[in-house]
Amino acid sequence: MIPGQKQLSNLEELLEGIWKQNPVFVMVLGMCPVLAVSVSAVNALSMGLATLFVLLGSTLLVSLLRNVVPREVRIATYILIIATFVTVVDYLIQAISLAVYDALGAFIQLIVVNCVILGRAEAHASKNPPGRALLNALGMGVGFAIGLFAIGAVREILGAGKLFGFALFGPDFQPWVIMVLPPGGFFVLGAWLLLFNWLNSRKAAPVKPVEGHAHV
Amino acid sequence: MSEPLSSIFISTLLANNLVLAMFLGLCPFLGVSARLNTALPMGAASTFVMLVASLCAFGLNWLVTTFNLEFLRLISYIVIIASAVQLVEMVLKKYSPVLFRALGIYLPLITTNCAVLGVALFQTARDYDFLQSVTFAVAGGAGFTLALLLMAGLRERLNLAIVPNVVQGTALSLMLAGLLSLAFMGFAGLGAGE
Repeated sequence: MIPGQKQLSNLEELLEGIWKQNPVFVMVLGMCPVLAVSVSAVNALSMGLATLFVLLGSTLLVSLLRNVVPREVRIATYILIIATFVTVVDYLIQAISLAVYDALGAFIQLIVVNCVILGRAEAHASKNPPGRALLNALGMGVGFAIGLFAIGAVREILGAGKLFGFALFGPDFQPWVIMVLPPGGFFVLGAWLLLFNWLNSRKAAPVKPVEGHAHV
Repeated sequence: MSEPLSSIFISTLLANNLVLAMFLGLCPFLGVSARLNTALPMGAASTFVMLVASLCAFGLNWLVTTFNLEFLRLISYIVIIASAVQLVEMVLKKYSPVLFRALGIYLPLITTNCAVLGVALFQTARDYDFLQSVTFAVAGGAGFTLALLLMAGLRERLNLAIVPNVVQGTALSLMLAGLLSLAFMGFAGLGAGE
C-alpha cells in the first residue's frame, strides 16, 4: 500500500488481506454489501464468493493492462473492467441459483461500486505483476468473505436462532428480530470493530489501563 | 405497478431511507459526516448526481431494452455516473474552490457511491416510469442528505463527550448509525413498503 514499503514475501502478501489489512474489520471498506446482504450466513457467503470472483478477474486484467492504460483514464478503465466482471457474475448467479439471486437482488450489481475492488485495482494491481496482484487479491477477497460471514453468522444466530438455516436452539428461543433488520447490521459490525479495537489496545498497551486517558 | 408519487417520496425519504434502511452510500456517510458544513454540500452534490444519473439511466434503460442489449445496462450506467461526477467536479472547482478542497477525495468517490448507482438500479428493477424515477431520485438524495446532516450534528456533539478510547472512531459512528437506523424504523409503514 505505502510506496517504498519493503517487499513482502508471497505468504505475507496473501495474509495481508486476511488479517492485517482486512477490508471489513480494519479498512472498513465496501460497507454497503456487507451490511445489506449479511442477514444470513448463506447470503453473506455467496456475496463474499461473488466479490472474490470479481476481485480476482478484475485484478488480473488490470495488472496485465497496467502498462497500457494511460494514467488520465485509468479509473474509468478500472470501473469498466470491474463492471464487465460483475455482469458476468450477475448472469452466473442467476444461472446457478435463482433463490440466491432473488435474495441478493440489486446488490450483486452493486459490487461494481464496492470500494474494496476499485481500491485494490488502484493501490495494488496497477503497480504489480499479475502473480503478486492475484495473490494480494485472493487474500483481500478471502478476508472480505470472512468478514461478511462473521457478520452474517452473528446476525442469523441472534436474529433468527439459526445457522445456515438449521435451528440452533430449542423451540423456546425468542429471536432477537432487530438483528436481522437494518439497525442490527450497524450494531453487529460496530461490535466486531469494538472487539478488534479492544484486542489491539490490549496488545499495544498491556500495562496501562484503557480508560485512563480519554480524548477530549 | 404504479405507486402514487407522494408515497414514493415519503417512503424513500423516511421509511426506506437509502442510508439507514438500505445501507447505500455508507462510505461518504461515515467519511464526510464529521462536520456539518461539509455534510450539506456533499449531500447536495450527491443529490444532483443522483438526479442526473436517474434521468440518464431512464433513457439508457429504454435504449438497451429496445435493442436487446440488457447485458450492457450496468456498464452504461456506471459510465454515465462517472461522467456526471466529473461534471459536478468541474463546476465546483470553478465556482467554489474552497468547497472543492473541503470535500477532497470524497467528491470523485461519488462515482463509487452505491447510493447513486443504487437509485439507478432500483428504479429499473421496480419499473418506475419517468416521473416516478425523478421523484425516487430526488427523495433518495434528500434522504441521503438528511441522514448525513443528522449524523454530522450528532458527531459534532460527540466531539465534546468523553468516550473510552476503545470506542473511538468507526465503531462509535457505526453504533450511532445503528441507533439512527433504529429511530428511522419508527417510520416503517409510512408510504408504500418494500
